[in-house]
Amino acid sequence: MENKLKDVLIIGGGIAGIQAALDLGDMGIKVHLVERKPSIGGIMAQLDKTFPTNDCSI
Amino acid sequence: MEEIRIGVFVCNCGSNIAGFLDCKELAEYSKTLPDVTFTRENLFSCSEAGVTDIKNAIIENKLNRVIVAACTPRTHEPTFRAACQDAGMNPFFFEFVNIREHCSWAHKNEPEPATQKAKDLIRMGVARARLLEPQESIVAKVEPSALIIGGGIAGLTATQSLAARGFEVTLVERTNQLGGLMKGLYQIFPGDISAEQLTSEKIETLSKYPNANVMTETNVVDVAGYVGNYVATIQPNKKQEIKKKFGIIIVATGTRSLIPDGLYKYDGKKIITQMHLESLLKTGKFKTKNVVMIQCAGSRNSERIYCSRICCMTAIKSGIFIKQQNPDAKVFILYRDLMCHGVENEEILRRAKELGVRFVKFSEDQPPQVEENSVKVFNDVLGREMEIDYDSVVLATPLIPNEGVESVSKMLKVPLDEYKFFLEAHIKLRPNDFATDGIYVCGTAHWPATITESIHQALGAAARASIHLTREEVEVEPIVSMLVDEDACRGCGLCASVCPYGSIEMVQTSKGIKANIVAVACKGCGTCGATCYKHAIKMNHFTNEQLTAQISVAFNE
Repeated sequence: MENKLKDVLIIGGGIAGIQAALDLGDMGIKVHLVERKPSIGGIMAQLDKTFPTNDCSI
Repeated sequence: MEEIRIGVFVCNCGSNIAGFLDCKELAEYSKTLPDVTFTRENLFSCSEAGVTDIKNAIIENKLNRVIVAACTPRTHEPTFRAACQDAGMNPFFFEFVNIREHCSWAHKNEPEPATQKAKDLIRMGVARARLLEPQESIVAKVEPSALIIGGGIAGLTATQSLAARGFEVTLVERTNQLGGLMKGLYQIFPGDISAEQLTSEKIETLSKYPNANVMTETNVVDVAGYVGNYVATIQPNKKQEIKKKFGIIIVATGTRSLIPDGLYKYDGKKIITQMHLESLLKTGKFKTKNVVMIQCAGSRNSERIYCSRICCMTAIKSGIFIKQQNPDAKVFILYRDLMCHGVENEEILRRAKELGVRFVKFSEDQPPQVEENSVKVFNDVLGREMEIDYDSVVLATPLIPNEGVESVSKMLKVPLDEYKFFLEAHIKLRPNDFATDGIYVCGTAHWPATITESIHQALGAAARASIHLTREEVEVEPIVSMLVDEDACRGCGLCASVCPYGSIEMVQTSKGIKANIVAVACKGCGTCGATCYKHAIKMNHFTNEQLTAQISVAFNE
């Protein structure tokens, strides 16, 4: 592939923003993730266990 | 030899572990074990603070083995291995002990014996950690091309997405037409577009990509290899088979609608399925005035406990079309629960009610009775039986797995669930991936999904696949089998015959026929090592010495 990759801006650091940032990062693309709150994780970080696998969501 | 310095980190997992086990005691106990020079209790070891604490402790205390007693390795082993690596250790000097799933969750009501069991597991972990050896990741080249199995909406979308990124894509469809289930549909809600138009648009877009190779009436008959280097044998109808190399594979084999033989007097004429109604609406042949739709026909019962997810919306949609074409038509939808999630679907439900589509709730133990010209149903809300005349009964039958999924599952070594839908690696962490690297799933092969959801999943699978395809190399876990004693190997070939991944070949060497292990294709299951009666094969990271040390301390403190 042509190496013309530009940086990517992701607005919002919840589960969707984080996953998008990780996948793009894994593709070798530089990502800037912007979150307006003091920490990332969004609503999911406030949950305890998530069904059906019972993983603790943090 | 370097002195062994083990650090044991006992995770509270909030209250998940500490709510049941005595974590303080576990940390104290760990201190008494051989070669343990450091212990610590963490609130959440996997959090940023926990990981930083582990890294600092490694550096400050010169630790060269790390044990985290926490949850399942499935979620956080990569996290802690990376932490060890960041702190300058070989990541394979990390050992995970599961005291959550195996202790605090499994024995919630017996905290004391559960704490004792956790001690046993930590002791076993320490015994193994003392014998761990460093491992180096195996690196392999990636073939930047993709194989998509199945030419329905999911397969078409994934193909288009990868082709647009510039990769070589081969789409294989076993029938003579692309479009899958979608080509039999009428209008698609909520966008209200023609299914046929959407299908032909997709196919036309695809034809513009010279790097997309679409093969209909073609089957994939065999797949060997590993991520980055899959070799597929493709058999086009009445032509010579082709062997081709692919970096990744996407499974988009789709689904089919259950034919409800023996259910509600199904005859395929007056009593038809939703799929049949779609084709009648499409050709303008549906003219009946009194329509009764029965939901959950063959689903949400003891045989198929799952909800097929699309049938409520399909029934409501068809009800709207029938009422729009003929406002005098009577449409009754007999349902158990209406599954109309989301903003758009609630709106469609409201519209259907406005147009006069009637909804009647029944319960599973009192299903509707289909008679000659009427349906009798006990209305759960009114608390009395109703009799509704009909010209047509439409049964909402569930989507069920396609024929041949078992052979695809076997060929790719990817699992199916109890209903024979393909099972992803992890429902939230890796919803598009299989546990086998470089193989992905999307669309209704995965579970019943709407067209919108199938497209989402296909785009997701294509994006995940692009991670491997974009990179030139792939790193594979070095937990593989090794031929450690070439002289002991007598070339019997038992290991090669039991290997489920075809990663062992028998080769002629100057010392005779010997096993040759293709490490990058090995998944580390250990079957060959257990089979070799000459003990010529060892499993990296799970050696006999490590495992026997672990077992022997299990029974004596």
